[in-house]
Parts: sequence; structure tokens; C-alpha cells
Amino acid sequence: MYEGAVQELIDELGRLPGIGPKSAQRIAFHILDADPADMKRLVDAVTNVKERVKFCSICGNVSEQDTCNICRDPRRDPTAICVVEESKDVIAIERTRSFRGRYHVLGGAINPIGGVGPEQLRIKELLNRLSDKQIEEIIIATDPNLEGEATATYLARMLKAIGIPVSRLASGLPVGGDLEYADEVTLGRAFEGRRILT
Amino acid sequence: MFVEFLSLTDFRTYPQLDIALKPGVTVFVGSNGVGKTNIVEAIGYLASLSSHRVSNDAPLIRFDSPRSLVRARVDRGGRSISLELEITAGKANRARINRGAPVRARDILGHLRTVLFAPEDLALVKGDPSNRRRFLDELLASLVPHHAATRSDFERVLKQRNALLKSARASGRFTSAHESTLEVWDQHMAEAGAALLKARLELVDLLQPHLNAAYAALTDGSKQAAAVYRSTIHSQLSDDGEVENDGGAGLPPLASLSAAELAELYLAAFKQQRKREVERGISLVGPHRDELELMLGQAPAKGYASHGETWSLALALRLASYYVFCEDDPAPGAAPVLILDDVFAELDSQRRSKLAGIVASAEQVIVTAAVAEDIPEALSGEQFKVVPGGVASGQETV
Ligand SMILES: Nc1ncnc2c1ncn2[C@@H]1O[C@H](COP(=O)(O)OP(=O)(O)OP(=O)(O)O)[C@@H](O)[C@H]1O
Ligand SMILES: [Mg+2]
Ligand SMILES: [Zn+2]
Repeated sequence: MYEGAVQELIDELGRLPGIGPKSAQRIAFHILDADPADMKRLVDAVTNVKERVKFCSICGNVSEQDTCNICRDPRRDPTAICVVEESKDVIAIERTRSFRGRYHVLGGAINPIGGVGPEQLRIKELLNRLSDKQIEEIIIATDPNLEGEATATYLARMLKAIGIPVSRLASGLPVGGDLEYADEVTLGRAFEGRRILT
Repeated sequence: MFVEFLSLTDFRTYPQLDIALKPGVTVFVGSNGVGKTNIVEAIGYLASLSSHRVSNDAPLIRFDSPRSLVRARVDRGGRSISLELEITAGKANRARINRGAPVRARDILGHLRTVLFAPEDLALVKGDPSNRRRFLDELLASLVPHHAATRSDFERVLKQRNALLKSARASGRFTSAHESTLEVWDQHMAEAGAALLKARLELVDLLQPHLNAAYAALTDGSKQAAAVYRSTIHSQLSDDGEVENDGGAGLPPLASLSAAELAELYLAAFKQQRKREVERGISLVGPHRDELELMLGQAPAKGYASHGETWSLALALRLASYYVFCEDDPAPGAAPVLILDDVFAELDSQRRSKLAGIVASAEQVIVTAAVAEDIPEALSGEQFKVVPGGVASGQETV
């Protein structure tokens, strides 16, 4: 145990995701040694994020205004919505530049063990958006794990009743890897999701 | 295949143990508690990533050591493979194959195959059904590594579905929102359950003829041994609300159905059991509640078989899995290493010599015994005297 302030900092850092006690200690001592101006910028960044950043009232993505850049962008395709679990998934899909529609961020996935049911997700908000008759396609891009799949199943069942076409991202082999090194689960899923070429 | 070299570091009683082994029979003798089982347990762990004695890793690591290292060189049809496994309690174990870069522990599965017989095997016959389900699932995972995921996928769905049932029950009222979420988990559990059920049914079909043949070879052959898979997929809700299993009277045998058809049956069974599952807050239908019933003649072995019959049946199950491995990979040098931990002391002389006669032809047989006199003559080979912390050098017996 270190004295007061140092230990407090280590404890706080250790609460962050992906940071264990050892890393927390290393970061804390880095902060102690660092140039005060640099650390001031870090503190400001944290404060700003908590004060300024809100969630988009339409899609739930992080945003500095009431609605996010993507929802406000008139060049985006208004007929397609891609449903994701978290804001970071929006960033990941945006990097691909493959999708020109808009998003809907659920805020997680159905997970009974974690106490998350459909009511805790932004599903009602999604339904409200669908009253806009422009929407022609929903792409479900929840994580390719059990909870993500269950969420996709839930949404697909619900949306089927409304009559909007729903698709699911294929999960498959990592590009740039060798087939022989893919693990059995990935390879098995890639087989299930195979496409017909001719 | 055979283990030609074994090295243990901080494993159980051993700070460091290095032994060269030969194909054929190897016997470890030594007094009770000296460390014989510890040696064969290490070999079994390298093959299956599980111990036949404990379900967690901590007891494998020598007292006051941070980790254990199990290394072996395995000869497979003249080709040598070196395997290395680092066991750290509470952390992911790591493996190295042929001195390569560290990989996930489960990547070494399949390189060394063993079939281990031990006094604990009596529980396969006498114990509760979870013992027999584990026997099937572990054998599946060593035959087809992909099935390790089939089982863990199912277990994850089951946990989620149980959590949902439990919270629905705790809320005191089963609402339509509960129902629509539960339907999603029904579908995923039906699919994951069907995949596991299908794999187990296929395995039971492979085991069946070998089980009966091995039982006949170990006994005078007057009784037929059989394994009957009883699935909760046939569960019905009787009038007084009890779960009944009619064994699927009038329906085609499960083994003839596809995974998709099995999943349909599960969905129907979930519907049937809805009220009861919601009341109890737990999943009542699925491969987690199935039973592999062992039969001797007309009677179930559990509750009816004599002590000697129970032993013969347990040995026959292990022998059957050995034959399934041999059938699965008939290439020269692919047959598993047989390990017999302290079984001869438990058997009468007739069963002893029959078992010895059957296993003597395997490429490598590793036997432990407290006294050398318990080892049948048919199993002559190299004998190591185990002493505290190590082994005295081997000697040939005739
Ligand atoms: N993690 C550990 N560290 C140190 N010693 C251990 C550890 N685990 C077990 N032991 C010791 O190992 C001994 C048991 O060894 P083992 O089971 O191999 O005996 P054995 O030779 O097979 O005996 P038996 O003939 O009775 O079956 C016990 O005395 C136990 O205290
Ligand atoms: Mg022992
Ligand atoms: Zn938005």
C-alpha cells in the first residue's frame, strides 16, 4: 500500500477495464513522473468527455450535440439501419467504408446472467424509428458470440412481424490469415455462412 | 504411439523428475503415497488437459511452487513430437509443440492420446449420470477437438437460459416479455443441445459393439453389456404435472434424426415443459439431464450389478474407448497409450489375467501398483521402483 493520493490513483486506474493491479501501478508512477502540462491535458480530456459528450437522441451513438454527425449527415442512405451493440462498433464499421446508411446503438446485448433483458436495450427506440416508412433494410451487426446471436434472434423475430427485410453480418475467417491456423469454431461458422459463387 | 521421455518440474511431489520410457510394458511400483499415480496423472493430463483425480489445477502444482511444467517426447510411427505444458493455477495454461512459440493449451490436444484406467472408474457405473455424461463428452473432445466447443457452447446457453428462468420466477409473474425472451433462448438451446446430442448419439453407436465385445472378453461371456442413451428430449408432462419420459414410444430412433430434426424435438419439449420449468426456475430438458444407461443382460448395471461385474463394466467402457480411438485413426503408431493406475490390486485373479492378456498387445502400457506381485505375468517389462521424490533406475523383469 502506498500513501493516500498515490494509492487512490492506483485504485481508480485499477477499476478501468483491461487494467490489472500491476498496470495500474505502472500508469500511476508514469503520471507521477510526467510533465504537469501533459497531465493537465489528460484531466481536461476526461472532464470534457464527461461534460460535453451525450448520446444521440436518434441512434444512441456518442455525440457532442443532440444528434450525432452520422444522423445529421444528409448524404447518408436513409433507407438502411445497421444495429450494433456499442458506439465502438459504429467506429469499427465506419472504418470499413462499406456501409452508407445510419446506425442504431443498442447499448449492449441480451444477457440474463448480467441482468440485461430486451427492456434494458434501446429496442423500443429502434421500433419508433421504423415508423418512418423510408426504412427498407435492417442489418444486424451484434457481436458474433452467444449473447450477440441471441440479441440478433430476438430482433429478427420482432422485425419479421413488421415485415422489414433483416440481414445478419456473416462471421467468417480473418482476412490475411492461413486457413490451417483458423480455430475449429471460426472455421465451422465460416462453413455455415458460406456463399454460393456460381 | 508411445511416450519416450517424460520430464516433470514442480508437478505434485516432484521438484524434478526425468524418465526415459520404452514401448511395451512399463511398471511403476512403490509404497502407498510415494508418487506413482502422480507420474501417470501427468501423462494423462498432457493428453486430455484434465486430471482423473481432480477437477481444478491447483493440486497438480507442487506445494509452494508458482507453476508446474510437464514435458514429454512422444513417438508416433517413428516421428518424434515434443510437447510442453505449463500449468499455472488460476491462469490460462500454455503449451509449446516441438519447442515452437507458446500456444493455447488446447492446441496440444490430439498429439498424445491416452486411455486411463483407475479405481475412480467405478463411478462410471455406480455414480450419478453426470459421470457418464462427462465420460462421453471428454471422449468426444479428444476424438474431435471441435466438440470441446460443442459442449462449452451448450453450457453457456444453458447458464443463460437458467438465469432467465430463475429471474422470471423471482419476479413472481411470468409475463409476455419473459415469454418472448425465453423463446429466443429456447431456439439457441435447441440448436446447441441438438449438436451435442447428435455427437453423443453417434459416439454411443461407435462404442456399443466394442463395449459388448470387451465385456465378453473380460468375463465368461454369459451376459451382454449395452449402453442405452436416454434423452430427456422425450420428456412429457403427465397429468399430475410430473416430468415423465416415455422414451419416445412410436417415434423414430433419435440416432436416425438430423441435428435440425433434434432441435425441433427440443423446441416441442420446451413448449411441453414450459409451465414446470417456469415454476422450478430451471431447465429440465436437455443433454445436461440425459443418462447413458449401462445394462447387463436385462438389468441396469446401477443398483443391480455385483462388485465384480461393476469393475468389468467400468474396464469394458475404457477398453471400448481405446478401440474407438484405434478405429478413428488406424494409421501405424496412432493407437493411444494405455495407462492402468492401481487397477490390478482391485481385481480377482481371473479378471486380472484377462485384462492383462487384452492390454499386453498395445504399443505402450504404463502400469502402477503398490506391490509387484499384483501385476500379472503377461505384463512383463521394464519396472521402475518409485521412491520419495524420484524413481530408482529401471530393471527388466521376465
Ligand atoms: N501438489 C502437491 N505437492 C506436494 N505433494 C503432493 C501434492 N499433491 C499430492 N502430493 C502428495 O503426493 C502423495 C500421493 O502421491 P500418489 O497419489 O502418486 O501416490 P501413489 O504412489 O499413487 O500411492 P497409492 O499406492 O496409495 O495409490 C501424497 O502423499 C500427497 O501428499
Ligand atoms: Mg496411486
Ligand atoms: Zn445518431
